[in-house]
Amino acid sequence: MSAVVDERTSVGRLGDSITRPDGTAKVQGSFAFSSDLSAENSLWGATLRSPHPYARIVSIDVTPAYRISGVEIIVTAADVPGKATYGLITQDQPVFASEFVRHVGEPVAAVAADHPETCRRALGAIVVTYEVLEPLTDPERAIDGSHPPIHPDGNVIRHQRIVAGDVDATGEVVVEGEYEIGMQDQAFLGLEAALALPDPGGAGVELHVATQWLHEDRKQIAACLGLAEDKVRLALGGVGGAFGAREDISLQVHACLLALRTGRPVRIQYSREESFLGHVHRHPARIWMRHHATADGHIVKIEARMVFDGGAYASTSSAVLINGITHTQGPYKCANAVVDGYAVRTNNLPCGAMRGFGVVQACFAHEGQMDKLAVACGLDPIEIRLLNAIETGDRLITGQVIENVAPVARCIRDTAALALPDEPVGGHDGDPMRLPGGAGRTADARHIRRGIGFAVAMKNLMYSEGFDDYSTARCRLANGVVTLKFATSEVGQGFVTIAGQIARSVLGVDDVVLDPIDTGVGSAGSTSASRQTWMSGGAVNAACQKVLGLLFAHVAATNGVEAWSLRIDGSDVVDASGAFRLSVVEATSAISFDETVEYRHKPTEDLDENGQGDCHTAFAFVAHRAVVDVDPELGLVKVIQVATAQDVGRALNPLSVLGQIEGGIAQGLGLAVMEEIIMTDGRIRNPSFTDYLLPTFLDMPNVVATLIEEPDPIAPLGAKGVGEPPTISSTPAIVAAIRDAIGKPLDRVPVRPSDIIGLV
Amino acid sequence: MPVLVPTTLDEAVSAMAADPDAMVLAGGTDTMVEVNAGHRRPSCVVVVNRVSEMRSWTYDPVAATVRIGAAVTYAELLEPPLATLLPALAEASRTVGSPQIRHAGTLGGNLGTCSPAGDGLPVLSALDAVVPLASTAGERSMSVHDFMVGVKRTAREPGELITAVTVPVLSGWQGYAKVGVRNAMVIALATACVAVDTASASVRLAIGSVGPTILRCAQAEAFAASAVDFAASSASADAVRRFAELAAAASHPIDDHRASAAYRRHAIGVLASRLLRRAFPNE
Repeated sequence: MSAVVDERTSVGRLGDSITRPDGTAKVQGSFAFSSDLSAENSLWGATLRSPHPYARIVSIDVTPAYRISGVEIIVTAADVPGKATYGLITQDQPVFASEFVRHVGEPVAAVAADHPETCRRALGAIVVTYEVLEPLTDPERAIDGSHPPIHPDGNVIRHQRIVAGDVDATGEVVVEGEYEIGMQDQAFLGLEAALALPDPGGAGVELHVATQWLHEDRKQIAACLGLAEDKVRLALGGVGGAFGAREDISLQVHACLLALRTGRPVRIQYSREESFLGHVHRHPARIWMRHHATADGHIVKIEARMVFDGGAYASTSSAVLINGITHTQGPYKCANAVVDGYAVRTNNLPCGAMRGFGVVQACFAHEGQMDKLAVACGLDPIEIRLLNAIETGDRLITGQVIENVAPVARCIRDTAALALPDEPVGGHDGDPMRLPGGAGRTADARHIRRGIGFAVAMKNLMYSEGFDDYSTARCRLANGVVTLKFATSEVGQGFVTIAGQIARSVLGVDDVVLDPIDTGVGSAGSTSASRQTWMSGGAVNAACQKVLGLLFAHVAATNGVEAWSLRIDGSDVVDASGAFRLSVVEATSAISFDETVEYRHKPTEDLDENGQGDCHTAFAFVAHRAVVDVDPELGLVKVIQVATAQDVGRALNPLSVLGQIEGGIAQGLGLAVMEEIIMTDGRIRNPSFTDYLLPTFLDMPNVVATLIEEPDPIAPLGAKGVGEPPTISSTPAIVAAIRDAIGKPLDRVPVRPSDIIGLV
Repeated sequence: MPVLVPTTLDEAVSAMAADPDAMVLAGGTDTMVEVNAGHRRPSCVVVVNRVSEMRSWTYDPVAATVRIGAAVTYAELLEPPLATLLPALAEASRTVGSPQIRHAGTLGGNLGTCSPAGDGLPVLSALDAVVPLASTAGERSMSVHDFMVGVKRTAREPGELITAVTVPVLSGWQGYAKVGVRNAMVIALATACVAVDTASASVRLAIGSVGPTILRCAQAEAFAASAVDFAASSASADAVRRFAELAAAASHPIDDHRASAAYRRHAIGVLASRLLRRAFPNE
């Protein structure tokens, strides 16, 4: 039943491009995703959702639904035994709406029944009477106070300023722009799904669920169920993608509640439409920026105003906002700044974490500005960026000094040095699939213009603003076999590969067994913020190092050698003289070592009222160059090539890094030219893969990548997180290339065909 | 809910007679989406893709027609010699979904659904295809223009089955183009098919996704027939421009979340001009 990886990983040490231990099963279709989980005697659960963006609930009548044969139980807000609300930062989101519904799709009730079809009928039979209210859908109205509060916590989730240096400083060159970022969806393929198993007598519950953070889920679930945390056990169900959308609770409390109330296992599985309604999205944002620079192109001051639409509930909006405003400058030196940022509450769909977490929005704006600045100063896009590139030791607009390795100039130069595509428009073979429009055969090569665009990004790694960010790992060594236990959510990023590589390298073993991923060990923190290689990797490394110390002490004591002189050489313990050699297998044949470690990064600070403080842990950098072919008459785009040089610290598994780079670019391309949740008056217009378009293979460009390996002394293994940066500057690079091809400004993503043509 | 899987046309027609409102499943690439979304709750399903008569196609060189069984898939339409006889239909078929969808979806299903965005339909319209319908009362045939009535509405009566589509083989260039916001596997924002018949010195233009059903552009066609030089394969730049204007004027698109009416109308003009230039490459 368990879907977690529980097999011996393939042999490979740090730096090797080994394949995933779960890769074969995933390709062959035998990997159990959370939607594949089942149990004897289980019921199906389903959720009744609000059809309105904003309404008062007058009454809920569930009695007609109970008349349907096969319906076991219906629960509403009145049935939630513990805390009525949940949330990652503030608990402002109801398990079930009670007095008001604040967004389309908000859960109102849940049913457990013998069959999904019975559930569907039961949901249709529940009578909810609503008093429909005027929704707040314009973020500016949340700020100016012209709409009454839609939540007791108010309509502004957070307002934060950054004031740095001389606010009156001016430059000889001033460029200004307004930018808009549409609402992107994480659109993972493995829909939300869980299986809840009640303990006998309802004393507790076990939940198998696809999530990014088992322990945080457990904390929120236990609070809502009114149970002690140790009565709620979570195990990771096979995860089919996450990208931030599984950081918030969705069906977790509902499934557990239904299981506890019926005393039977309950499965819930969302449909695609429900998934669009049931998880948070990337914040749509409006950003104004004004850059002041010297005539020769050095940035003097940046002014900005950013508004992030958080939708109906807070989720991680306040942290997304901080990421956005603290990345206003991008990877460029800047001494003076005035930044005003808002994260607001509206009756639009709730927004929260998505790969890039606020920096995607900021980067689209600051890179648009850098191109404008280049034109205004008579420099090319690469020169202006090199001129301002940030370095280790530079002070950010928050006052924080960059302690990381910061090879920004090298990212830019190495990207620019990668070969441009040699294929002409339409390719060498005249295949229409190579042209914009692809299979639709809309264009001939003579209709197409090619453009090149450049963008650079800086991204914070790990959690910020004083969060106690840690990860736990347990390492056992016996008979030459290492067994690792951690609660690190494997969402596809490949920690299950890296963990084994760390253990093999540190302890000189070939065999590493990964225990099931569950709450049977301390928290690993979230699989987000590009943090798990650093954090859980750091924890696994530290646990293995501790075991190594015990191993050396044991070998020293039993073999009459000095512990300090020992080291691992291949699969053996050797001493400095080279005279002593004993295999790790032999050394551990009748003894075992077992260590659990919590790894923490250095503490961070809150921002003060002027946005000053060492709020971030570490930074990674990346540059992208995009080559696009554009059909200016139809407004269609084909991205031909994306070149990138990424600051990775140290590539622990180069193949895995490349996978993150290619996947991140696909997601960045999606935001650039096609991915958007379209909302009208608080209602989603395109909750399906017919209308929410994701890039296909035919849309994916050739990716050429250089990994910049300058091991970061701050990072436990020298390795920086690599998951988010590829998504961030790929989007503005592609848009810059489209601008270059058509010679028009484009200030919103995704770029639509009508934007390229200039149709209203 | 009964699911009937007939293997002969007689069995299929009888099944339809038993429940005239039965849902016909001819690949299911559109129908099953509707069922899964809860938009359709069929009382009975008749699956036709194992009916041998509907699975094959025949070419009649004397009549110069191809009769394509309703359960022939898009993947099969992409293969020669069918693709050589009806190249525009092959081009349209290539725009349908993914390889998996093209192996399931059928031309008969495309007709039966009759979406304004149906990828194969502009080709059938431009080629003046004929649709045979069978029931226990016998077979009748009607022009595809009469068959396609409106948005997802056809002239098929309850109990009737689309058995095939008969498509004339023309002597002249033909081609298809489709605009979508992705380079494959995308719903059409605008489609167009131009088919030249040198024997009758005519140019046909059918457009899709810009009206309640597929539209023929009579004015543009009449203009082209008089403005192009069939023998020299030439059309002046002015003629191409005028053809595009007339095509755009013939469209009746709507605004929706996929695109504005203005964009769709504009796109029809661009597609019409480019297709006419492909048909008549010389200026």
